[in-house]
Amino acid sequence: MKQNLLKVRDLVLHFRTEHGDVQAVDGVDFDLDHHKAVVVLGESGCGKTSLSKAILRLLPRNVKRYSGQVHLQGTDVMTLNDEEYRKNVRWVSMSLVPQAAMNALNPVLRVGDQVAEPAMIHLGVSRNEALAQARRMFQHVGVPDDFLERYPFELSGGMRQRVALAMALVTTPALIVLDEPTSALDLLTQANIMNVLKRIKHELGTSFILITHDIATSSELADEVAIMYAGQIVEVGEAKDFFPAPLHPYSQMLMASVPRLRSETDPMFITGQPPSLIALPKGCRFAARCPFRMEKCSEEPPVVTQGNRKVKCWLHAQ
Amino acid sequence: MITEMIPTQISKFEVKEQPLLSIRDLHVWYELRRFGFGHAGYVKAVDGVNFDLASGETVAVVGESGCGKSSLMKTILGLNVPTSGEVIFDERNLSKLTGDELRAYRFDIGYVQQDPYGALPPFMTVERILEEPLIISGVRNKKERLERIHKALGEVKMHPVEDFLQKFPHMLSGGQQQRIVIARAMIRGPKLIVADEPVSMLDASVRVEILKLMRALQEAHGLSVIYITHDLSTVKYFSARIFVMYAGNLIEKAATRRLLENPLHPYTLALLAATSDPDARNAETFKEVPPGEPPSLVNPPRGCRFHPRCAKAIAGLCDEKEPPDFTPEPGHSVACWLYEDKK
Repeated sequence: MKQNLLKVRDLVLHFRTEHGDVQAVDGVDFDLDHHKAVVVLGESGCGKTSLSKAILRLLPRNVKRYSGQVHLQGTDVMTLNDEEYRKNVRWVSMSLVPQAAMNALNPVLRVGDQVAEPAMIHLGVSRNEALAQARRMFQHVGVPDDFLERYPFELSGGMRQRVALAMALVTTPALIVLDEPTSALDLLTQANIMNVLKRIKHELGTSFILITHDIATSSELADEVAIMYAGQIVEVGEAKDFFPAPLHPYSQMLMASVPRLRSETDPMFITGQPPSLIALPKGCRFAARCPFRMEKCSEEPPVVTQGNRKVKCWLHAQ
Repeated sequence: MITEMIPTQISKFEVKEQPLLSIRDLHVWYELRRFGFGHAGYVKAVDGVNFDLASGETVAVVGESGCGKSSLMKTILGLNVPTSGEVIFDERNLSKLTGDELRAYRFDIGYVQQDPYGALPPFMTVERILEEPLIISGVRNKKERLERIHKALGEVKMHPVEDFLQKFPHMLSGGQQQRIVIARAMIRGPKLIVADEPVSMLDASVRVEILKLMRALQEAHGLSVIYITHDLSTVKYFSARIFVMYAGNLIEKAATRRLLENPLHPYTLALLAATSDPDARNAETFKEVPPGEPPSLVNPPRGCRFHPRCAKAIAGLCDEKEPPDFTPEPGHSVACWLYEDKK
């Protein structure tokens, strides 16, 4: 059997707060193959950023529960201690472009040095080698070579976002987690960045986890789509199956709420609000807003497999 | 089918001879100073904008950040002083208004901000937030104020009203906060609403709800609305006309349907091409994006400001002479030399 690049099983990340435990990631399963991109779609507060933190083990101090399995290239990285994880996993085989990364560049260092730094620290190469590697990555993301010598304030937003991407690429990891990589950018710059990501996927064979709320733009990169709602993945499947016909009622309503330029359908909206991650309802978490609610929905829905697709909903159970 | 989608307020409300808002050759320049003194040039944020807005008409101003759309909006709100040109609202010239007249003018326009959480004072209850504009505009009677607050909250569909009056902004969801911002803009019965990216901070499932609410209010009250956005896909659900703005100029003006069916300016074409619809086939192709970035507004390029990025630029013309507005079809104007012979 072919080995998956990434296999996440029953991943749980709960936070402790004054008001109770926040169940931000609550039993997430998904797989990702080599040279593929999975898009994690969800609304604000559904736990998608926490998912990226849980996968990369970038945890705040108030963690209540952190468990599950994350198999990366065959090893369960959850069993490694922090030092082993830092040495062998983070940046080396998996790196992150955090939200608003373009604003997180150090203003007093040249961007070339910043991009080279992860290679020096994690791969132990010399400064010159690391800079040469940074130069190669600048070419891949479409930033002119002489920008290595510049400071962040001399670059536009789109260019800084490319630099942040080059920084994640410099150690040539197999997997990059992108958290809202285009949400603060202008339309044309967004299209440019999506072009860059597609090119990197083809040229370097990097896999991506793209975390976003922007459904239309996400389809530019997606091989697979995972829909997240209230800390859980409610549907996962290939993009070519998902976009024309989503299965879960939440996915269907979410897709119907996207305004479209090239069709005349009237967009719908979802009434109500997602549940608080502190006081989650029993059974299906979407039931309160779902037009197809049945009695059974007060029980935990099963994950139903339909070909390559999985959906967590009673409607699709026999 | 398409006609159903486009708001039909023009036919519903008789367009008066006199436009509600009329902008003539408006320039908004900000002076740059070196070390606090000494002139160092101007940021030409709005550079020669003309348009008319009829009573009851909705128009979308579409452009990327830094194109001057916020400066244009702030000038209409009376927050910026125009460098030259005129803003005429309801037969009043904005730059000549002072004191009480300017206050009265501000009661006629409502402002819906982009970030609802930032726009609502965190230490005030919903009731207090909505009461303030009424106190300022001189509604002395507490009972009348409360009645109007109830009515405004009902109009933005915050039911039951009593549950929300004593809440603070942080207790509300993003969509509810934006409803309060809309209620606040509406409470003094304005003639014009300026909405600055009113849904860009909201989640996808709420966006449409707020846009539909704003459209319902616009139709019920016959309001004029200027909808400022960068998102072309939401425009057709809301406004009758589109203005495309680039580097301080309105480069294309047309009815929404015409602009989407027959875009003319190369920049408009690029914007439309860059807008994605959710479709798995998108992943197989690269998008065509014009090279480069919008120009500096301190020292914009000679001639057409888009010419350095334009694949169809005509050497010797586009880089020399600024294109005037051509009208290749009635009601559709475009500032591009490609359409010179078609006027």
